[in-house]
Amino acid sequence: MCLGVPGKVIAIDGLDATVDFFGVRKSLRLDIVDEPVQVGDYVLNHVGFAIRRIPPEEVQETLALFDQILEVSGAKEDLMAADVRGEMAAGKDQK
Amino acid sequence: MDTKVQQKIGLKHGSGGRAMRQLIEDVFLSLASPVDGIGLSALDDGAAIRVGDRWLVITTDSHVVHPIFFPGGDIGRISVSGTVNDLAMMGATEPVGLTCAVILEEGFPRADLERVVASMRETAKEAGAPIVTGDTKVMGKGQVDGIVLNTTGVALADRVVSDAGLRAGDVLVVTGSIGDHGMAVMARRHDLRLEGDLRSDVAPINGLVRAALAAGGEDVVAMKDPTRGGVAGVLHEMAAKGGVGIVVDEPSLPINDEVRAAGEMIGIDPLLVANEGKAVIGVRARSADKVLAALRAHPLGARATVFARAIAERPGAVILDTGFGKRMLAEPEGELLPRIC
Amino acid sequence: MSNEDLFRQLKFRDPARARALAEALRHNMDAIGREVSVMHVCGSHEQAIARFGLRAVLPPGLELIMGPGCPVCVTDGPEVDEAVALAMQGVRVCTYGDMLRLPGTARSLADAQADGGKVEVVYSISQAVELAQAHPEEQVVFLASGFETTAVATAAVALASPPPNFSILSVHKYVPAAMEIVAASKETHIEGYVAAGHAAIITGWAIFEPFAARTGAPVVVAGFEPLDILAALVKLTELIRERRPEVANVYPRCVTKEGNLPAQRSLWRAFRTVTGRWRGIADVPGGNLELVPELAALDARNRFRIDTAGVRDAAAEEEAKGCICGRIMLGLATPEHCALFGTTCVPESPVGACMVSSEGQCRIWHTYGGVPDLRKVG
Repeated sequence: MCLGVPGKVIAIDGLDATVDFFGVRKSLRLDIVDEPVQVGDYVLNHVGFAIRRIPPEEVQETLALFDQILEVSGAKEDLMAADVRGEMAAGKDQK
Repeated sequence: MDTKVQQKIGLKHGSGGRAMRQLIEDVFLSLASPVDGIGLSALDDGAAIRVGDRWLVITTDSHVVHPIFFPGGDIGRISVSGTVNDLAMMGATEPVGLTCAVILEEGFPRADLERVVASMRETAKEAGAPIVTGDTKVMGKGQVDGIVLNTTGVALADRVVSDAGLRAGDVLVVTGSIGDHGMAVMARRHDLRLEGDLRSDVAPINGLVRAALAAGGEDVVAMKDPTRGGVAGVLHEMAAKGGVGIVVDEPSLPINDEVRAAGEMIGIDPLLVANEGKAVIGVRARSADKVLAALRAHPLGARATVFARAIAERPGAVILDTGFGKRMLAEPEGELLPRIC
Repeated sequence: MSNEDLFRQLKFRDPARARALAEALRHNMDAIGREVSVMHVCGSHEQAIARFGLRAVLPPGLELIMGPGCPVCVTDGPEVDEAVALAMQGVRVCTYGDMLRLPGTARSLADAQADGGKVEVVYSISQAVELAQAHPEEQVVFLASGFETTAVATAAVALASPPPNFSILSVHKYVPAAMEIVAASKETHIEGYVAAGHAAIITGWAIFEPFAARTGAPVVVAGFEPLDILAALVKLTELIRERRPEVANVYPRCVTKEGNLPAQRSLWRAFRTVTGRWRGIADVPGGNLELVPELAALDARNRFRIDTAGVRDAAAEEEAKGCICGRIMLGLATPEHCALFGTTCVPESPVGACMVSSEGQCRIWHTYGGVPDLRKVG
């Protein structure tokens, strides 16, 4: 369960934050967020409560982790080929 | 289980999904009688009756929307657009006249009524559809919710387009971004307090459809407006009636950022959400480019795109290619509700 | 600005990267060289897997089973009956949209609404509190469903002195218990688990370490974008291949080792775990979250005498005992083994969780006559 959506904090008033979710804004409660939140931070929303401050550098780190997983799986040498095949398939899909 | 409960009408019976179709088939189809043309039993957007060498197209629609004023429109604009568009979906893009029947609740503000009527007048002008007769009733407080508007439209057409004409190999075009109306209304309902540029797309699109028909002629084989039940509902009807499978290329669907974001937040797929100014048009593949060019040349069709195709396999099924993999797209069921999981 | 944000999110939906991960998954499965069953225990994972069509790209030897991970679907009929009874006795019942059509033994809250019961769908428990403030003459009950992720929001409200006419009917469930009942089955052939990322935001990933060590099955904590799920499966098959019963976290942008400590403190100040019946599955030790005795005054079960006699169907309840949802979820049975499937258990009046969920195995079989293989279509 648990639909969670990341958004960017654009204003804070006590325990209420206004958060932008890719063009839609909503007020969230900050009662139970894990770390102090400031304007400009990313947070994860669940049922109108921020449940996690997402450090921006962690987004990049997650992507790096995925690449590392690919490497360890031994599919690294295949990765480029898969990417190229992927592009070709994507091109074909558009037809 | 409790059959008495099941015999009561629920909100799901009016939300454009399977339950509504079932109710219509079980109860209202008993009213159907044979006509020369497309009658009630076809369950199309309207009826088409042969008169001489032309077709008399008739459609009717009652409108309740909460709230009655919403970003991008109001119940008056919907009541005219909905009926004009239903006529257009049968190929009748030049309405001869509309009727307007209104049921008001005791205590309804006169200023609101005048605002609704002004909006109807403006929309009718935009569509080139004169309102020619009407009826007014008032009911006691609590006996009806504010205002109910019914409009009926009649038009003449030389050729009728049904929603059952798809064949394997045909392509499907959507005339613009999807999910705008339903998401804008839903953001105001359930007290979701979503702020942002969510605007209804409500508009009469008979002019747009006229352009498509002029460009595609006989190769425009099926049309339907994705109102309640959304694009998903329309595709299921077209697949079932045409006896084809439909494969949707999901990434190609035009969806506004705000609609996508709101959908992610409340867990509702824009494919299931109502539109009030769009059409899904089935075209023989050889004429797809011509029809697309004609649509895009019209101000309401700038984002028209091919998004699906009919196949011979799996008749009746709608398959979504997500760009990652494929899945069956389920038929919409019941009222859309915000989810938490 | 918002486009930049969108771009960030889209990177977790990059089809080319997804294909590379699918390739890596095939590679791992080839190296294992036999069939492997893994389970996820999260309704949102199933929603994401279904929505993006990910099953169609999994290698044939990998079976990804949907476990008892949708807290709405596993909410039992008699629990819904309590909310229906309250709505019918004039109390205003607020709840999340997911709960409205969930059937009790005889009726759902949507049925109660059609019969004149006061039922409101809200997006957040905060709105229910505001409704209570706006209607001081009424009693407002919040039917609180969801895993610990959602329970922390309930806890925050419960601990912040809500208005006197507000109370809580908790049907909250606790994720770690779901994995325990699966592992406790002697017959289970599940070799690894994908753990629910948003529940783990609260509890932290370390909570799964004793489980992995004890059961010998690795656990990977995953997010909900297509890349998150595929990366988790690559990691999980890697751990299975190398026989390493460890916990891995492939959702580090949201999940930490120790979790959200302030939220955990709120959670355990407001709730305690108790044994609860999960629909069609079993009595689950520690599976339900109940308000602590200190908050008894806020508990709708204390405030009201909830008489479900008028809204309960004892025969249906008795019949529900024949439901084999638990075995289906464990991959030990298929819907055709169930006597209720397609007869008394249908989407319109589901008995078990597997028919309630739109992605449940029974629902899919009922709708499509089996699991559709779409790999060659179109």
